[in-house]
Amino acid sequence: MKVMSMREAIADHVRDGDTIAIEGFTAFICFAAAHEIIRQGRRDLTLCRMTPDLIYDQLIAAGCARKMIFSYLGNPGVGPLHCVRRAVEKGIPGPLEVEEYSHFGLVSRYVAGAAHLPFFPLRSYLGADQPKVNPRIQFVPSPYGDGIVAVVPPLNPDVAILHAQRADVSGNTQLWGLLGVQKEVAFAAQRVIVVVEEIVDESTIRSDPNRTVIPGLLVDALVHEPYGAHPSYAQGYYDRDNHFYLEWDRVSREEAATRAWLDAWVYGVTDRAGYLEKLEAQEPGIWTRLAPGEALSQPINYGTYS
Amino acid sequence: MIDYTPSELMITSSARALAGEHVVFVGVGLPNIACNLAQRTVAPDLELVYEAGVYGARPARLPLSIGDPTLVSGAISVCPMSDLFMYYLQGGRIEVAFLGAAQIDRFGNINTTVIGDYRQPKVRLPGSGGACEISIHAQKVFFIMRLKKRAFVEQIDFCTSAGHLSGKPGERAALGMPGAGPQLVVTDKAIFRFAEPGPMDSRVSPSGAPEYLSGEMYLSSVHPGVTVQEVQAEVSWPLKVAPDLTVTEPPTTEELRLIREELDPGGTYARE
Repeated sequence: MKVMSMREAIADHVRDGDTIAIEGFTAFICFAAAHEIIRQGRRDLTLCRMTPDLIYDQLIAAGCARKMIFSYLGNPGVGPLHCVRRAVEKGIPGPLEVEEYSHFGLVSRYVAGAAHLPFFPLRSYLGADQPKVNPRIQFVPSPYGDGIVAVVPPLNPDVAILHAQRADVSGNTQLWGLLGVQKEVAFAAQRVIVVVEEIVDESTIRSDPNRTVIPGLLVDALVHEPYGAHPSYAQGYYDRDNHFYLEWDRVSREEAATRAWLDAWVYGVTDRAGYLEKLEAQEPGIWTRLAPGEALSQPINYGTYS
Repeated sequence: MIDYTPSELMITSSARALAGEHVVFVGVGLPNIACNLAQRTVAPDLELVYEAGVYGARPARLPLSIGDPTLVSGAISVCPMSDLFMYYLQGGRIEVAFLGAAQIDRFGNINTTVIGDYRQPKVRLPGSGGACEISIHAQKVFFIMRLKKRAFVEQIDFCTSAGHLSGKPGERAALGMPGAGPQLVVTDKAIFRFAEPGPMDSRVSPSGAPEYLSGEMYLSSVHPGVTVQEVQAEVSWPLKVAPDLTVTEPPTTEELRLIREELDPGGTYARE
């Protein structure tokens, strides 16, 4: 495990043709990592994510992806993902293969991957058309004579990139808020990059072990990148920048405007610090606008047993 | 006479349908406002469940998305999505779920995946999200959607989530689907219900009203000022009408006050 810059983490761990999962269900979406992948010109990636969101819209517009594995396509609360639609409906900027599940189906693939199971059973897809277009969704009879269940195979991404509030220098990572599939993906992936708002002492982590979602055992690279999830959010640190989600709906409708945005905000800056500088210049009060109020949890007593 | 928008009537009609319920699976937009209104009116014990992994949310603001941080703060429990789908949903704890759809057929099967061919879609829609399994496991499924002929179709282009399937009696149970399936469709012009799955609905009057097929959608109530003909014009199949067809109760002053002052003060969802 090494603490490193985003540039080093992507250069060391993300290769052309890899299957990657930048997860985070509406929250903790690591745009900082995606922008670095675009800048480093990765190609032919298979992108896994329950909700591709703006982050995969951008990676697909930049021509990084060959395939996408997902369960819900949308700009959450706003509308469609225009770049994904252009790729699927018109093959722009290139063809995009899609492999599609329901949420429960994709969650189950990560669970199977994390637990080294050959498949995972779930009661879904009954009477529905998904199995007709995705041969990986199968039905098997229960060996105990209780009807049929759907099964899905494990998903073990080459790389998982997961954003969180805090970790110690060994990569022991604590997360609170929407937990999504962060733990399952971390255990399922071959390599794990964790990106955090803060690096804290090991004693802070050990003071609240129930909050540790990803043990450092799994983590290959730790990147300290405050505001790295903008325009999504980190619970208790900053809110979702909904202005941007609305703005992207406008920008991404046109291919040329999308390219111009990528030129300005991704290729036109050297790293996340450059992005934040540009963002703060555009709107000096941005972090005040996105600052949440305070809602502290009550301390609990774990006890000492020496 | 009180002035209200079609969306406000959709919200109040949906909220009233939650009377006496305890656990509801909520979507963003109109369902979210309807569930919050129900909590303040007809269902004070209602716990809101969000697929992002939240049980017992108390959103302090109108959530911007299904994963808004306001759903976390003050909730009873926030859990991994695997817990939400395996234990809360598949475990049978969800009483009612709200879904929307681009297309719905007369048996409440819905399409949120593609318009046209799957491999070469005319329009690529969002896909399932949790809808496919929600429609199987929730004890009841309610829909909120606008009444449009292109949405109320004879044949959906893709079955994302199964409702009452092909209208054969006992079909859901035979497939092993625990929930009772679609019960209600609230639209901007009318409210539809579904006949009890079985060979014939017991509510059919002896006066020659049409017999319902098993799990068939029928017109239950028209909104004030809307005619049955106007509703039929937006439905692609010959619609059956309940013998006891009613006119939807308009929103009360108190419901409108809650929507306008507390639940959607910006009019984001309720204005139109």
